[in-house]
Amino acid sequence: MNFISVENLSFKYDSDGEKLIETSVIKNLNLRVNQGEFLCILGHNGSGKSTLAKHFNGMLLPCGGKVYVDGMDTADEKLCFDIRSTVGLVLQNPDNQLVASVVEEDIAFGPENLGVPSAEIRERVENALKAVDMYDYRNHAPHKLSGGQKQRIAIAGIIAMEPKCIVLDEPTAMLDPRGRNEVISTITKLNREYGITVVLITHYMDEAVKADRVVVMDNGEILTQGTPQQVFAQVDLLKSHCLDVPQATEICHKLKKLGVDIKTLPLDENSCVDVLMEVLR
Amino acid sequence: MRDIVFGQYVQQKSIIHLMDPRAKLIFLVAYIVLIFCTFNFYALAVPVILAVVMMLLSKVSIGKYLKSLKMIIVVVIITAIFNLFYGGGQVFLKIGPISITEGGINNSIVIVLRILCLLIASETLTFTTTPTDLTDGIERLLKPLKLLHIKVHEIAMMMTIALRFVPTLLEETDKIMLAQKARGADMDSGGIVKRAKALVPIFIPLFVSAIRRAMDLAMAMECRCYHGGEGRTRMKTLRFSRVDVFGFILFSFVTAGIILLDIFLPHIVR
Repeated sequence: MNFISVENLSFKYDSDGEKLIETSVIKNLNLRVNQGEFLCILGHNGSGKSTLAKHFNGMLLPCGGKVYVDGMDTADEKLCFDIRSTVGLVLQNPDNQLVASVVEEDIAFGPENLGVPSAEIRERVENALKAVDMYDYRNHAPHKLSGGQKQRIAIAGIIAMEPKCIVLDEPTAMLDPRGRNEVISTITKLNREYGITVVLITHYMDEAVKADRVVVMDNGEILTQGTPQQVFAQVDLLKSHCLDVPQATEICHKLKKLGVDIKTLPLDENSCVDVLMEVLR
Repeated sequence: MRDIVFGQYVQQKSIIHLMDPRAKLIFLVAYIVLIFCTFNFYALAVPVILAVVMMLLSKVSIGKYLKSLKMIIVVVIITAIFNLFYGGGQVFLKIGPISITEGGINNSIVIVLRILCLLIASETLTFTTTPTDLTDGIERLLKPLKLLHIKVHEIAMMMTIALRFVPTLLEETDKIMLAQKARGADMDSGGIVKRAKALVPIFIPLFVSAIRRAMDLAMAMECRCYHGGEGRTRMKTLRFSRVDVFGFILFSFVTAGIILLDIFLPHIVR
């Protein structure tokens, strides 16, 4: 079932009178996000992926085309808060997303804005904290937490609004490897156990491997899409657009080029070992 | 830089910690008015005793109070000296145009006690109330001002955000200072003008980053459906408890006592 559907979307930033510069960020883009799926949008800097993310919850409105969220048109101002509580957006820098100086009060911020009754907010906050495994930190000050923990709090703040879908705009870009793992496993858990639709925007290929579907963006257009397996098999196409593939895939791709008999390219270390063992046997 | 403790909340389990922030704020304001309505030493003794009782009840170590008094002691001494020469009544000592009188001595004793009481009372409030509770209390108390089109919710929200970002920006200042030092900036030598100039390369990046953070935060708040104070509910509802009622009763007795002492005992010479 289509949950978010993007139809012929195009978007330009105002170019402040410098009319010579073509500032079209997204060009005629069509995309469907299905209910309950884990979609990953890949692309290098300036490919328009963050701009696309902001269209999913109406933070930016299309210059051309339409974006529908759960049947609602994002351009409809009356539905603004319905849309934003249906599709939660988590941003890159965890420090700049937290509002209050106590963790649980920060998480309560979303539901408070929605006018949820006090007792229910309390319940939602506790559930959200448990969902991201941060319940023990509910009375801490956010600035004393690690980057990964802060980002999980930011995610919990969105979860507390009980959205059907979370869009994460490079949530791990500013984190260390440990923080990245924490955040990615939290996202995966929310998708698998809570059935929340996840749109993960990233430029780390290793994170994309865990998704159900991968969309690769380049220059405001969709370059290719499919399962991680299908997308990363196109090593040369990705490379020609300055995008990386997971290390395991790249090694096997190079071996394959050298004439080693490899049928399917692996996506992570374990399957890479399996493939290599197969070849060596 | 890290040593600055903002809000100075001290975690303890005391009666005063349990009180509603609104009650504490009302008491503080009433108390300040009361200290300045005492016209003889008997009446002044009441708020002084009350201050000591509050200090003990708050279970915050006396050392913390003394530490904060240390910062203001110079001001206290200077005011005391100035007041010494100002007043009427019997003259004790006369050097040229300056004279020390009975009224002057009374004045300086009164002013010192008043300042100390004022300080202890406000310290008790900040020691026993978390910054968030405090802003919450202020927001709710000032709600009637909405009728005058004063944006109470917005002011309270700004205070909350400011409190949240103080540690973050302090951390950032540290980082920028280190980065500039690493590039050869000299901040620890030279006269005042030179040192002040040395701060420019710290403040400019700090402002830029603060503005950037503000834009990010605004975006994040909008993503979480923030649209001002209208239709907003709160997770923590403030409720007056028995402690507050007890406080109100006690406080009314204190007020009555001070007024009676003021009326029935002679005023001191000023």
